[in-house]
Amino acid sequence: MFGKLTLADIPFDQPIIIGAGGFMGLVVLAVLGAITYFKKWGYIYHEWLTSVDHKKIGAMYIMVALVMLLRGFSDAIMMRTQQAMAHDGLPGYLPPHHYDQIFTAHGTIMIFFMAMPFMIGLMNIAVPLQIGARDVAFPFLNSFSFWLTFVGAILVNVSLVIGEFGQTGWLAYPPLSELKFSPGVGVDYYIWSLQLTGLGTLLTGINFFVTIVKMRAPGMTWMRMPIFTWTIFCTAILIMAAFPILTVTFGMLSLDRYLGMHFFTNELGGNQMMYVNLIWAWGHPEVYILILPAFGVFSEVTPTFSQKRLFGYKAMVLATVAITFLSFVVWLHHFFTMGAGANVNAFFGITTMLISIPTGVKIFNWLFTMYKGRIQFTSMMWWTVGFMITFVIGGMTGVMLAIPGSDWVLHNSLFLIAHFHNVIIGGVLFGYMAGLTYWFPKAFGFKLNEKWGNASFWFWLVGFYVAFMPLYALGFMGMTRRMNHYDNPDWTPYLQVAALGALLVLCGILSTVIQLVVSIRNRNLPEYQDVTGDPWNGRTLEWSTSSPPPFYNFAIIPEVHELDAFNEVKKRGHEARAVPTYSDIHMPRNTPAGFAMALLAGVMGFALIWHIWWLVALMFVSIIGTFIVRSCNDDIDYYVPAEEVARIEGLHRARVASLEMTHVA
Amino acid sequence: MRMKRWPGKRAPGLGGVMATLAMLPLAGCKYSILDPKGSVGLQEKNLILISTLAMLLIIVPVIIMTVVIAWRYRASNEKARFEPDWGHSVKIELFCWGIPSVIILFLAVLTWNTTHALDPYRPLADGKKPITIEVVAQDWKWMFIYPEQGIATINEVAFPEGTPVDFRITSDSVMNAFFIPELGSMIYAMAGMTTQINLIADQQGTFPGMSAMYSGRGFSDMRFNAIATTPEKFQAWVENARKSPAVLTAADYPKVAAPEEKAPVRYFSKVEPDLFQQIIAKYLGKAVSFNSGMKE
Ligand code: HEM
Ligand SMILES: [Cu+2]
Ligand SMILES: [Cu+2]
Repeated sequence: MFGKLTLADIPFDQPIIIGAGGFMGLVVLAVLGAITYFKKWGYIYHEWLTSVDHKKIGAMYIMVALVMLLRGFSDAIMMRTQQAMAHDGLPGYLPPHHYDQIFTAHGTIMIFFMAMPFMIGLMNIAVPLQIGARDVAFPFLNSFSFWLTFVGAILVNVSLVIGEFGQTGWLAYPPLSELKFSPGVGVDYYIWSLQLTGLGTLLTGINFFVTIVKMRAPGMTWMRMPIFTWTIFCTAILIMAAFPILTVTFGMLSLDRYLGMHFFTNELGGNQMMYVNLIWAWGHPEVYILILPAFGVFSEVTPTFSQKRLFGYKAMVLATVAITFLSFVVWLHHFFTMGAGANVNAFFGITTMLISIPTGVKIFNWLFTMYKGRIQFTSMMWWTVGFMITFVIGGMTGVMLAIPGSDWVLHNSLFLIAHFHNVIIGGVLFGYMAGLTYWFPKAFGFKLNEKWGNASFWFWLVGFYVAFMPLYALGFMGMTRRMNHYDNPDWTPYLQVAALGALLVLCGILSTVIQLVVSIRNRNLPEYQDVTGDPWNGRTLEWSTSSPPPFYNFAIIPEVHELDAFNEVKKRGHEARAVPTYSDIHMPRNTPAGFAMALLAGVMGFALIWHIWWLVALMFVSIIGTFIVRSCNDDIDYYVPAEEVARIEGLHRARVASLEMTHVA
Repeated sequence: MRMKRWPGKRAPGLGGVMATLAMLPLAGCKYSILDPKGSVGLQEKNLILISTLAMLLIIVPVIIMTVVIAWRYRASNEKARFEPDWGHSVKIELFCWGIPSVIILFLAVLTWNTTHALDPYRPLADGKKPITIEVVAQDWKWMFIYPEQGIATINEVAFPEGTPVDFRITSDSVMNAFFIPELGSMIYAMAGMTTQINLIADQQGTFPGMSAMYSGRGFSDMRFNAIATTPEKFQAWVENARKSPAVLTAADYPKVAAPEEKAPVRYFSKVEPDLFQQIIAKYLGKAVSFNSGMKE
């Protein structure tokens, strides 16, 4: 009836796990209870669960990302304390069975359920607005993508309480991830949660590719496209090219595990090296999927707060495209130690360093954007400057790892761990934090508190250096990654300093939480309110509409005549514009289908993990059924009457006007 | 509406970073990678230092420029030039593409040459006849077979100093990486395949060895000692192993290879000839056989 699932799979004997699980359960119950008590179910259902509005979907993505940041960070701090304690033969407090799940979960959650949703959330909020569109190309698909990622995240966290998570590392190399060496359900949780979110990501990639190709405002030629949109365009291409590889690779691993096939086993012609090649053929593009949008954010933030146009727009575009192509011909640098011939290793080493040329160009372009500007040091600008300094160091250690001769002694060491946290925290995370602060007022109509934003930045910056510089040193001392305990007394002080660094990062995360709370509580104060829709004196179209934008984004689709379209409009003085005549606006209807299908898919994933075959079949049929019902529904769109548009726009005008009055007074 | 201006603040803890980086090569012998005991490791250390220095030539100025420009063009500095519409300069663009290209050109040549010179499969050009040692990664211990001496050990390997060692490596379980940090390069151990690495110790000493690739529950204790010693002492070590009552036959092998954590050092006075080949062959089956790492 329940496949492999029995009561014994819930670790009642583990107080920490049951405590954490129980706590999470209580929080969920409290939230559900509160929604019922305040009679908010209708609101949640109509405004969020069924919403196909890209701005709301983006906001939900970011909420998932922030919650998963807390989860991923709890894992990180557990690892840091374990390694600070488990010296000189002491076992620490986490036996390998737990510790190995923790580093696997940390890596998986941080990449797939923190960074990816964060990035997709930002692009959902900003891209349609930047290109002057009313929504994405496929709004229903967008909702389905988000809920797939959501149920994937749920599944990972369910593994905490029911069963176990993988103990294989975040890429689940076979043969360790094969049934013979990992007979439990941990790897299955890993596979199915990632298959769900991976599908969601692929659909998002297609969606934004089509959106950017087809839905740009009239006059927005390729070379007038804002640079963030350019980076998302390249990211979408990378997603479309790379994520199918991931799906197929996990598919083959599942065939090995479920049907006894031998794609990657030791025996019968299985080839583990094939998995390693395939997973990195996805994995290297994946790191550019994460970093290109961060580069895009910095390219928006720097000109805005330097109050100056971006230096070398064309070079920036060219560099982004070059990185996109190069990122597919470097994957072998992740396993120079596999025994390939010298020509092969040298080739991939050199293609890897070639990427640092366009990357270097980008750094210089941001520098020359600041040059002769009037830099306003908001928290977003701090994240940017912190990034520029930190990222070049991470880039340098990356090139060291790209030289096979150096990699042969640094591979899989803590030097590697330091390198990729250096670029992923100093690049990706700093960029997303800047992006969140930058577009938050656009999405919600009020700004985030700057004092706590700056505190968060400084804690993250200093915390990062304290937590990860010792790891570079430990790499040179020959300490490998994923160690549960060790007996080299020279390593201990470094690991203890690293634990201290993680505590500083904790303060940074807490600062962000406080920042959100303080800002939400004070959202109606004038210093927080964004009445005009243009709080930063921005240059691109998203700032030309109100904050938050009406659900149709633009009452009149803007026409674009040059790069930095909104800046040009402002120079010409848009206040002089007369009240335009509005026409009816065509919009998609909300639908529960995306949420329903994803939920069913989540249950199906759970059933697959536990071999509950009848449930798998039932869920599969239900998904198809839901999809058919949805497809037969013709009532999927409607028109907003012109009078309604005029009324909404009138309200916004009146608010702006009253603000201008008080300024004069 | 304009937002508040934030007065310039001090630049991030740059000094600390640089100090840490500068400190590394100088620190004492606990930095095994930077204090190698064999020629392979020594070349790799020099490669790391040269490439780092080459990159610092550009990294340090960029960091300084970032701090200086951020400070000089802060909004509160009304004296600095302000050109809001300036966004293009052919000269500067050439500089932006040119400088990284020059450094990368240098590093590419360096990479090509060192990757060939340090290729782990390449016999060390030393004139001396190398000693061959076969290495089997097991759950979670290392087995060393000496085909020439006819002995085998667990979690301890010895060889004479100044003599090239030709390690032939496979796995009888999951993927591992064979690594002796003080001697240089590591390489993967994979079932059904042989990889190879040529190393040499130019000094006597006992060097820690390990698996540098996570392989499951017992991974953290999957360590061994590599002993480089005089030819005479090495001979004595072999004789000592030969006195061991334990022998390693094909029939006994599965028991010896069974999963084990924190396995103690063990010696076998005799070992089944071709055991290494048999361990590899058992995975090849009748299906397509993939040969060792992509080496022709
Ligand atoms: C917030 C501060 C963070 C700390 C203190 C931290 C700490 C750690 C530690 C201790 C490890 C294990 C190192 C080892 O194997 O010995 C690790 C691994 C890893 N981290 Fe983080 N981390 C942080 C943030 C992040 C972020 C933001 C990401 C990605 C977006 C990330 C991605 C990873 C990945 C992919 C691994 C590899 C997991 C594996 O070995 O399979 N981490 N981290
Ligand atoms: Cu890569
Ligand atoms: Cu990297």
